[in-house]
Amino acid sequence: MAEPCAPASRPILYSYWRSSCSHRVRIALNLKGVDYEYKAVNLLKGEQSDPEFMKINPMKFVPALVDDDAVIGDSYAIALYLEDKYPEPPLLPKDLKMKALNIQIASIVCSGIQPLHNLTLLRYIEQKVGTGESVPWVQQQIDKGFTAVENMIKGCAGKYATGDEVQLADVFLAPQIFGAVTRFQIDMSNYPTLARVHDEYMRHPAFQAALPDRQPDAPSSA
Amino acid sequence: MAKGKPILYGAWISSCSHRVRIALNLKGVDYEYKAVNPRTDPDYEKINPIKYIPALVDDDFVVSDSLAIILYLEDKYPQHPLLPKDPKKKALDLQGHEGKLSPDESIQLVQRYIDKGFRAIEKLLDGCDTKYSMGDEVHLGDVFLAPQIHAAINRFKVDMHSFSCRKSTQFWHASMTRTWRFRHFKLHCPRISQMHLQPNNQKLDTSIYSSECVISAIMRMVVIASC
Repeated sequence: MAEPCAPASRPILYSYWRSSCSHRVRIALNLKGVDYEYKAVNLLKGEQSDPEFMKINPMKFVPALVDDDAVIGDSYAIALYLEDKYPEPPLLPKDLKMKALNIQIASIVCSGIQPLHNLTLLRYIEQKVGTGESVPWVQQQIDKGFTAVENMIKGCAGKYATGDEVQLADVFLAPQIFGAVTRFQIDMSNYPTLARVHDEYMRHPAFQAALPDRQPDAPSSA
Repeated sequence: MAKGKPILYGAWISSCSHRVRIALNLKGVDYEYKAVNPRTDPDYEKINPIKYIPALVDDDFVVSDSLAIILYLEDKYPQHPLLPKDPKKKALDLQGHEGKLSPDESIQLVQRYIDKGFRAIEKLLDGCDTKYSMGDEVHLGDVFLAPQIHAAINRFKVDMHSFSCRKSTQFWHASMTRTWRFRHFKLHCPRISQMHLQPNNQKLDTSIYSSECVISAIMRMVVIASC
């Protein structure tokens, strides 16, 4: 028996304006034209430890996505969920090797670069090693990761990192490069391909709308 | 043209390499294993310019990073699928792999992160009363969880009994003792088997970590610097 379909509610994204992991998901949602509700989780105030948020993501990380009865933490899992649920435009190529390349670049960013300069770790280094010690540490980790990715894409980059269409690698690279440039003063001249694609991201509307300072919880500029 | 066997470059102690070995064995892929230390093997850079382990060489294609390798295997060898078809269950499986865990000498800090990660995963798996983490078949979450639990028990002395539902421990023991595929990987990794079966008195060799394990170097630096 056919039942009237209840209108599906909008997905809800739990995000923090400056979180690079949340930034990735905002880009993916925008690229796929998904209308979503934004709920801010203030990490500096510790709102990730609120019991209600911990039911959403027991790891107390942002981003988290609630889509009807699906509750998903972790930017990578969310991105691949969106890729399944909203197939257009596709963020993963059909070619196995190019698909693996995109997954690899995304994984390098989200496992091999960003966690090595997250707030908890930087505070730990400042406390245990010394004031200012986190800066050279971050630069070293970003340099290692960017050097690796630069070598991987310099033979296959087009307008974007792995071709002329935006793909998963771009969704993960954009926030990482943005953070490297704006927060950690990384000299991008060492990574010319990454620097070039960064300029393209800054021109793309879906990427622009996902920028940290355009989010509802971003502090107003002074 | 006859194609060669895929070649897996890895290290016995690397839990990231361990994941890929499990996946290859589950899918019944005949592969060649080459042990490598990216920091001391000068030829490895010619094989994998980014010098990470694990890396898989499949004919002319080189892919590194355990998740990328495993998802590549998932596409190329669809037998024994590691990801559910249902997008929500698939997302849950993928979410579980991001344990944010750090093998290292700074035991207390590592234990804290492992504790946080395992408790979160326990909550995600709450209500999944199945043989493995998410069902009665091994899935991607199990492939990532098994080496992490192994490292937690053998290297970082995490007390698995502190986890209320003990699902993680049950899975590990079930997988190591019953499933032939896990026995098969023990043949390739006799030292890991020994670590599992005997008290671990071995000094950690932290010089051979892959990208996901680099955080151990941070902790080592921190520990040394703070002494």
